[in-house]
Order: sequence, then structure tokens, then C-alpha cells
Amino acid sequence: MKHNYDVIVIGSGPGGLAAAIAAKENGAQDVLIIERDLELGGILLQCIHNGFGLELFDQDMPGPAYAQHFIEKVKGLGIHTLMDTMVLDITPERKVYAINKDQGYIDLSARAIVLAMGCRERTRAQILLPGARPAGVYTAGTAQRFVNVEGQMPGEKFVILGSGDIGMIMARRLTIEGAKVERVLEIMPYLTGLTRNYVQCLLDYGITLQKQRTVNRIIGNDRVEAIEAVSVDEHWIPIPNSKEIIPCDTLLLSVGLIPENELSKKAGVLLDPVTNGPFVDDRFMTNVPGIFAAGNVVHVYDLVDWVTEAGYVAGKGAAQFAQAEKIKAGEQIQLKTGENIRYVVPHKLEKAHLAEDEVRLQMRAITPIEERVLVTVEDQNGEVIAKKAEAYARPGEILSLSIKPQAYDAVQQATGLMVNVRKR
Amino acid sequence: MAEKYDVIVIGAGIVGSMVARFLSKYELDILMIEKEVDIGMGTSSANSAAVHAGYDAVPGSNKAITNVMAVEMWPQLSEELGIAYERCGDYVVAVSDADMQVLEELLDRGRQNGVPGMEIISGEEMRRREPLIRPDTIGALWAPTGGISDPFAANIAAAENAVMNGVEIKLCTAFEDFIMEGDQITGIRTNQGDFACRWVVNAAGLYADEVMHKAGVRPDFKIRPRRGEYLILDKADFQLTQNTILFPTPSDKGKGILVASTLHGNVIVGPNANFVDSKENKEMTKEGIEEIWSGGKTLVPSVNRRHIIAEFAGLRATGNAPTPNPDIDYNQDFIIEIPDKVKGLVNLGGIESPGFTSAPAIAVKVIDQLKGAGENLVEKSNWNPIRKARPVFRHLTREEQAALIAEKPAYGRIVCRCENVAEGEILAEIHAPIPADTYDAIKRRTWLGTGRCQGGFDMPRVVSILSEELGLSPEEVTKKGKGSELLFRQTKDVTQDHLTVEDLI
Repeated sequence: MKHNYDVIVIGSGPGGLAAAIAAKENGAQDVLIIERDLELGGILLQCIHNGFGLELFDQDMPGPAYAQHFIEKVKGLGIHTLMDTMVLDITPERKVYAINKDQGYIDLSARAIVLAMGCRERTRAQILLPGARPAGVYTAGTAQRFVNVEGQMPGEKFVILGSGDIGMIMARRLTIEGAKVERVLEIMPYLTGLTRNYVQCLLDYGITLQKQRTVNRIIGNDRVEAIEAVSVDEHWIPIPNSKEIIPCDTLLLSVGLIPENELSKKAGVLLDPVTNGPFVDDRFMTNVPGIFAAGNVVHVYDLVDWVTEAGYVAGKGAAQFAQAEKIKAGEQIQLKTGENIRYVVPHKLEKAHLAEDEVRLQMRAITPIEERVLVTVEDQNGEVIAKKAEAYARPGEILSLSIKPQAYDAVQQATGLMVNVRKR
Repeated sequence: MAEKYDVIVIGAGIVGSMVARFLSKYELDILMIEKEVDIGMGTSSANSAAVHAGYDAVPGSNKAITNVMAVEMWPQLSEELGIAYERCGDYVVAVSDADMQVLEELLDRGRQNGVPGMEIISGEEMRRREPLIRPDTIGALWAPTGGISDPFAANIAAAENAVMNGVEIKLCTAFEDFIMEGDQITGIRTNQGDFACRWVVNAAGLYADEVMHKAGVRPDFKIRPRRGEYLILDKADFQLTQNTILFPTPSDKGKGILVASTLHGNVIVGPNANFVDSKENKEMTKEGIEEIWSGGKTLVPSVNRRHIIAEFAGLRATGNAPTPNPDIDYNQDFIIEIPDKVKGLVNLGGIESPGFTSAPAIAVKVIDQLKGAGENLVEKSNWNPIRKARPVFRHLTREEQAALIAEKPAYGRIVCRCENVAEGEILAEIHAPIPADTYDAIKRRTWLGTGRCQGGFDMPRVVSILSEELGLSPEEVTKKGKGSELLFRQTKDVTQDHLTVEDLI
């Protein structure tokens, strides 16, 4: 087998597939995707619900169909794949060490790497959930795999903690399968997933969502027997006399996703403590030259379409890096978080890139603003360089804004850029 | 009663398993029974993994004697049984003059107990050795014979070596009563039937009081379960400068909340010590989490809550037995005795900390007791003290990994992404001398599911491996025995797969 590639993509979810395709289409000769599972597609394969492709294709597809569109492209382009293969290590020199059953220990080398390992779910321990440790406490994504891939029901009577998208989607899925979802609890005073999922998955199925309410204790030694719910104030302090025992056999957790960057760290990639993903520039290159990152490994997106877009950008960047004899880094400018912005991706942009392409920024608000808002990018003097009006700003929904090539001159003269979201 | 044993050991925790292992050296028919679905699921499954140096225990107590004796046994024992063990030394950290006074007392106590090499070092020296220690440290007690081990592996290795040497193990077998002829024990009744024997070793841990009471022994001895809660930090996010155990200066509440390395590579913070009513209450509590976190954070201020990846609690089998020597005023000692009241019982009880450390020495004491009672113990000519550890994929070099996969391709598939546990490791444990047949049994043996995703990735895969290898349906696979099934039924479309469209209409 081949050991040297122009671009190696680690992971074949939407980010990885798009990155591989873009790398190939932008001139990289030998492109390899390494996937730890048996099939290409990543988590999309267990997302059998619809809602994929609205932005990119103006079509409403289930996850596997969305994946299939890209899988066929990957095959048509002659992109190499290694399935059922786990990457154990990567180095800053872009060596990749992986294993599988057939080839054993695999020693590879790439001119550019795209990290596309996606994200993982926060667990019970990460939110320090008290109580016993019985069977029947699952993250929503694990339950989704059991139901949609393995064809197994992990319970009959559910409480779901967290109003994240996977939790709400699983509430609907489990109801369709004949299980009872007793309650969805959300510790925040607002929804953390998309409004459309609240409407289509909870409201339409008569499932109750309680905000500012959480799990105080898991009851049951062998299998979950009940949970104790409690209301909390804005500082998450329990409110007296608000406890309720809810009998159930399963607790699903949909309490957040964390980009999966253990491999990235091994290669010396620096992570943003807010996103838990790498610091990236506008081509999604990390601090390590030639190592790019695409999709949820950078920050957790709301929509798969945006992951695909990010994958295209990263894959193109990787292809250019792989082909260049020498990469001269141009002048870069930092993007800083201003008013009510928790984070912005990318973290910096290369000024010259604006001559060719617009640069898409994505950010999350810190607190919700339930009226019309203006998202702005301002220079060091407060001059607006780009702006976009939105109907509202919610922490659960990513804000998106592009800096257009028309802003090229303004950006050349700027010494710093800051992103804000304010009431109009 | 068809079967007759020379010795029946009740309980397959670390103590029972070490007793069985050391007794297997002799020409004896031995049965070890365990009420749970796997060995080592009680007190032995949740502790600090520390091999204590032995300066805490009251001089002259069984705790002190067995602790210091066992520390001398651990290096050879860990070699023989293939148990991870590192004599990294430990520290007790002082921040006040009163603390320094306590360190002097501990030093004195340690010397009386025969702990070698202890010294009090300056705060400056402590900070040099562990820069992460709280900055107001003014001194520390250094005990070079303190160490860390893998309590799960130790329990399994000892039991497995016992089995290799002819000991029989019956799981899911709960002791109910003794069968007596006069004052002579002739057997036991269990939920799986009666078993005849000449000797019973009570190694029932939290339930040791209830077992001995059935024989009429020590009616006033009572075990009060004392819960300790723990937090585990992500190995990728936080490490101590070198492997060690850091204790605060002890108070009347116990050894205090430690911050320590583990040989699985994570830092552990805990435990607290709170009495609970039930011997099965291993719940984490909000208050407990805050208590241990504040303790750990005080000792090592740079620990970060965001790095916590696991929480668990264990129960200590805290007893109320006085030290045998009446000159010593201590009422929380280990019981290691052949009581006068009945014949045929080796009685162990109150084995709390440093029970894990002491277990091999307790086993030796049990043999001494039997010899003292006139039992003629004849050594086997073919006793094999060696139990080889099975390969741990993540600990191998690249060359070793390549060779292992070439030999056994199942090592080429990673099932647990965070801890890099290979399918080959899981298969090896399912088909080991003491088969692992639950999710948690595999977890304790391979360390899968213990990382930052806490089994989210591996669980569906492990369920399918277990069901395939054991010939079970996925619904029969459990986390930790009956009642802890992971899955309830197939989805509707799967169960109705055999139906035709006409059937459905």
C-alpha cells in the first residue's frame, strides 16, 4: 500500500468527506481518508432524521442520504480510503500512525493533514451529576446509535436532561418506537438546541420541556429506577421545595458536545479553551503548519451543511499547502470577541486572502437577545467593516457573518478586528 | 452435599482472593464464593489504589503489622502476579506549625511501625519535588516506601493465580448460614446449595459482621459502611510532575483528601469519609463532590473542574474491633483470628484502609492461624506462583503492537477510543480463567470506558462483542449482573422484520 499522500483526512463525517473532496478538486493528487468505523459517513449514519441539506442543496434529507451524496463523490474522484482503521498518533512532521486488522501497524506520511475527528458528548461526570451509578444512564448519541444502528431500545421510560438537538431528536425517535419520554429538563432559562427541533420533536409529540430544572440525583443501584428533579435559579442554586421524583428506567444526557482533539494535541496543535477546538486561521489551518481542522473538531456547529462548507475550505487549504513548494505566511489579523460574543471562528485571518474569497465568521452569543440584533465586525477604531441584521441572538444558535472581498482595503489598514452582537 | 472442601473462602474481594492465592500453595481443596456476578465488586472496586507506607496505623495494631509487612511483599508479589505497582513514595503536606507537630508524630509512629526511610523535608524541598503543591507548604513527611498499584488488576491476578493452582470459584453464590455439628463448622448454606468443608475463611468485607454473627462470633462487632467519594481527572489535561501520592496533614477525620497519580495515568482526588446507612449505598452526593473538590484544590491549586472525567464512590468496611493487645487503646482494628467460640472459622473483619495494601500480609496471617490451630499444611510440589499479565495494547511499543496485530488481528481494532483498548484485549478477558462477562467486568480489567467519553463510544461495540462471544442476546448483556441489563428490546422495525406487508395491514 501507499505510504505517502498529499493530504490525509482523519475522519469521514461531513467535515472529512468535504475536505477530501475539496483537496482532490483543488489539485491534491493522492488523498486518503482514514475512518475508524466500518463505513464512510461518521455520525451522519445514525442520524436517520431529516433536516440535512437545506442550506447547501435546498433539499431536506436524512443523514445517511446526505452522507451518500458525498460518499459517491469521494468514490468517483478516486480518493483512497482506509476503513476500520484507528489513528493512534500524528506528529508535527505530519507522520500518521494507524492500525487495523488487515494491514496491522500502518506508517503514513502526508504533506498536509486535515483533522476531522468530530466531537464527543459531555458525560454525566462532566456535569458532576450526583447519585448512584446504575445501568440506564446514556448520552443521547449513544442511545441514538443503539436505536438507529443496532436496532436496540435502551429503555422504555425516559427522562432527558438537556435541550440539545440530539436529545430532542431522540425524544421524538423514542416516542415513535413506543417508549415514553416523561420529561426533558433544561438547566438554562433558554433552549440550548434549535427552535425547529423543539417544535418538531417536542411540541408536536406532546413532550414536556421544563427550563431551569435539572437532575438532582440518580436513583437505583442496578438499573435507573427514578431521578430526582429540582428547579434552579439563574446561578444553578436549587430552589427549596421544588424536588420531584420522576420514575423512569433511563436517563439520557444531551448536555453538550466537545470537539475531540486528543490526536490534535499529540501533534502540538494549540486549543482554544472556549471552543475546545484548535485556534485556526481563515483556511482552517492550526498553529502547526500543514495541519488543518474541519468541522466539529474546531467548534460545534448547529447544521451539518456548515460543517460541509468548513470542510471544503479546510480541504482546499490543505491542497494548496500540499502543492506549494514554500508557504509564505502573509500578514494576519486577529479576530477578537467583543460585546456578547463567546467565541468567534476563525481566530485570525490572512489579510491577502480577502482578495480571492469572502471569509465566513461563525460565533456564539453569550446571553440571549430576543429582539432584532446587529452583528458587526469593527476595526480598532470602532469602524464597521461588516454587519448583518438578525431577528434575535441565542446562545443555542450560531451567528454567521461574512467579510466580503469589498472590505479588502479596510481590512488591510486595520490592526485588529472585533466581533459584537447588539440590540438594534 | 456432594462436594467437600478443605477450605471455603467467603468473598472474592482483594482479601479473599489473596487468601485463596496464598492457600493454593498447599494441598487443599479450596472453594471461593462470591455473591456478585464478578470478583472484586465491593470495597475492592473503589479505593485510592494506594499501597500505604504504614505510618498511619496505631503501632502494635493488626493494621500496622500487616501494612508494613505487606509493603515488603508488594515488589515480589507484583512481579509474580503481573500487577502494575510503583514504589513512588508519598508525602504528607504541612502548612502550619500544628501540622508540623503532626508530621513529627507520624514520623515517630512510622518508625515504631518499622517504616523505613522516612524523613521530614522543608517546604522548599517539597515545592522543588512537586511544584504544583499549595504554595504555603512549610514542610512535608516523605515516605519512600509508599506506592501505587492497580487494585482491579491485583484482585483479578490473585484470584486468577488461585484458579490456576486449583482453587474453584463460584460467582453469584451468596452465603446464607453455617452448617454446624456442635461447635464445629462442617459446611455452609448458600443460595446455590450447601457445601461441606472443614474450614471457612470469612472475607466477606462489608458483610463480615453478618457472617460471623451467624456463627455466634463477636455479636457486638458491627461494620458501619463509611463512604468515600472520588473524582478522576483527564490524563491528557492534568498530571502531577511525577507519580506520587500527596496527602494533607491528617485530622481526626482521617487521612484527608489526597491528590495522587494512578497507574492508569489519571490523577485521582478523594476520598471523603462519611458513614452511610446502607452497605450498597455508593451514591455520589452534591455535598461530597464539593467536599473532595475543595480538599483537592486546596492541596493542588491548579486542578481544574473542567478536567473531571469520572466520579465514583466506594464503601469502607469500618469495624469496631479492639486491637488484640489490651495495652493498646484502639477500637477500629482488623480482626484476624480463629475464634474460640466455634471450630473451623478463620475470621477476618473490619478490613478498611489499609486493607488493599495489607491483603497479602493478611493472607499470610491466615496461614499462620491455620498452622497454629494444628492444620497440617503440605506444600504442593507443582504450585505456580506466576500469573502473567495479558498484553495491554496501549502500553506496548510500536514494534510490539505491530507484532501483536500480525499474530492476532483482533488487536488491530480499537474499541475504546479514549483509552485505546483493542478488541483483542476484550476477547482475552472474556476467555480468561475467570471470564469477564459483564460490561463493568471488562471495564475493570481493560480500563475501557474509563476515559473522557465514559463508554459512549465503546458501549454499543462491547455489547455486541459480549453477546457474540457468550451466545447471549444483546438484551441479556448486563452492566454488572442481573437487573442491570443495558437494553430492553429490539426496535419495532427489527422485531417486525419477519412480517410481510400483508401481515402489517
